[in-house]
Amino acid sequence: MADQDLPVIAKFAVRRRAYLAPDGSVLRELPDFAADQNLVVSLYRAMVLTRTFDLKAVSLQRTGRLGTYATSLGQEAVAVGIASAMQPEDALFPSYRDNAALLWRGVTMEEILLFWGGDERGSRWSGPTHDFPFCIPVGSQAPHAAGVAYAFKYRKESRVAVCILGDGATSKGDVSEAMNFAGVWKLPLVFVINNNQWAISVPLKLQTASQTLAQKAIAAGFSGEQVDGNDVIAVRAGVDAAIASARAGEGPRLIEAVTYRLSDHTTADDASRYRPAEEVKERWKEEPIVRLRTYLVGRMNWSKKEEEKVTGECEERVETAIKRYLAAPPRPPESMFDHLYARLPSAYAAQRKEIEDQNA
Amino acid sequence: MPEVTLVDAINLALARALADDPNVVVFGDDVGVNGGVFRATAGLQQRFGVERVFDTPLSEALISGLCVGMAAQGLRPVGEIQFMGFLYPCIDQLVNHASRLRNRTQGRLSCPMVLRTPHGAGIRAPEHHSEATEAMLTHIPGLRVVIPSVPERAYGLLLAAIRDPDPVVFLEPTRIYRAVKGEVEDTGEALPLDVAFVVREGRDVTLISWGAMVKDTLEAADELAADGIDAEVIDLATLKPYDEQAILDSVAKTGRMCDRARGCAYRRIRR
Repeated sequence: MADQDLPVIAKFAVRRRAYLAPDGSVLRELPDFAADQNLVVSLYRAMVLTRTFDLKAVSLQRTGRLGTYATSLGQEAVAVGIASAMQPEDALFPSYRDNAALLWRGVTMEEILLFWGGDERGSRWSGPTHDFPFCIPVGSQAPHAAGVAYAFKYRKESRVAVCILGDGATSKGDVSEAMNFAGVWKLPLVFVINNNQWAISVPLKLQTASQTLAQKAIAAGFSGEQVDGNDVIAVRAGVDAAIASARAGEGPRLIEAVTYRLSDHTTADDASRYRPAEEVKERWKEEPIVRLRTYLVGRMNWSKKEEEKVTGECEERVETAIKRYLAAPPRPPESMFDHLYARLPSAYAAQRKEIEDQNA
Repeated sequence: MPEVTLVDAINLALARALADDPNVVVFGDDVGVNGGVFRATAGLQQRFGVERVFDTPLSEALISGLCVGMAAQGLRPVGEIQFMGFLYPCIDQLVNHASRLRNRTQGRLSCPMVLRTPHGAGIRAPEHHSEATEAMLTHIPGLRVVIPSVPERAYGLLLAAIRDPDPVVFLEPTRIYRAVKGEVEDTGEALPLDVAFVVREGRDVTLISWGAMVKDTLEAADELAADGIDAEVIDLATLKPYDEQAILDSVAKTGRMCDRARGCAYRRIRR
């Protein structure tokens, strides 16, 4: 018998979700929430705020007032769509590019700036106290999300953990291990891959030979869906469905949000060294904010006046936050010991005193 | 009082912690039905159920990372790494997350977890089953590193580690899992962490040791006594942060010190 006659024992499919075309036109029947003007406007406002904030944060870095910063330029729909689908009691596990998700959940811009400026007070934030701080070592927050999801399930709480990862993170063992465990235990855990095509200078084709990143879920025993990551309606709808399924006890899901990093990786990067300008120029045609604005104008009579009001408010909020950030008094150096342990062991007390005395 | 082995004392402490606190969960490779390759978790899954005592997929980084997430959510996770030679995938989680979650969130989140692992050589096992690399772990601020030397302290220190509000790596000296016996009363009482134990008083020289080497050190002290040298023996027990005062007090009395531990010669542990 020839090999091609051997029986097929498993078949899998990966679906793709998209509602708004790059020109703002509607591709298929919209989810119900897309008719809720207040909600759509709040999504739009959050994306505009993120872009305004990002631009100012970069200029703070360029003028030496912020150590480094990772912008979401072109990817605003991903984190906004995710966070808007979550309940406050759900738990977020953000990677470093998910400023927009933190803002939606109540973390202030001043706190985010403190974090990027190297001040841990930024992670003792106004957002949900159970959310995890930004994860810098790529993908290493995925096992934390699994641990928290296990705790939710163990205590029979109706809560979901949401872990946001980049395309590069899908190459990490931590991520595979966490997905594998989540599948075995049917944990209330949603993984979202922000596939922005570039892990600093490494393009997706050098990251993986997988046709999609969504299919990485299949090996772990749950389903993966691809969504247009520049269509906030699609991100929100995809994550909504995944969270609802996880909350109903049906186990984990994975969403791959396909987008594009229009900016450098961080302020410490220069993408022009490895990425052709023509590619970036083409991708600007697909960016999410113009797309949603076109939808608002076409479907919801979004006026120039309303547009100006949103941009004006965002500018003002960002300016206020930056003033607060710049006015924040520096931490005393000895405070580095204050949260090292619940009770500082005597071994460190002497070090703390030494530093305190030097700076007295 | 019943005489038990050191591994039995570990099992007693785990059972006590599970019985006393519904937030305690115990997991790792083969810890469930099989009860652990050294039998440290024998009978626990049968007694406390599969949600509280369970087998994980074979992924050490996951085991340590799960601990971080669970601990931040108020559980008291006790993860097992089957041999110390398999601990190294956990270093990322221990250094970047467990030991500094409290600091990097300025106290908003904390990490009361325990990672248990067998320690040391002497059981005629291959290299990765014989590791003694505790010195490395003692260089991680925010972490505790604890190792018992007798059943009584295995029981009391493990309970203390589980109840501690910060992360603890709990090393279990494989060579004496069954080679030492001692009386352990299952009272649920913990012993203090960060405190060294003077296990033999003496005037002439201070011998510092930990884990399986404490037994050898006590035997050495007996030999010295035959030569008229009166040695004091300290079981350091908590390696990070170690009890410097206990050492200073002893050396102030004896004027001499010698440390005996497994691991490479340049094994400086760090308070």
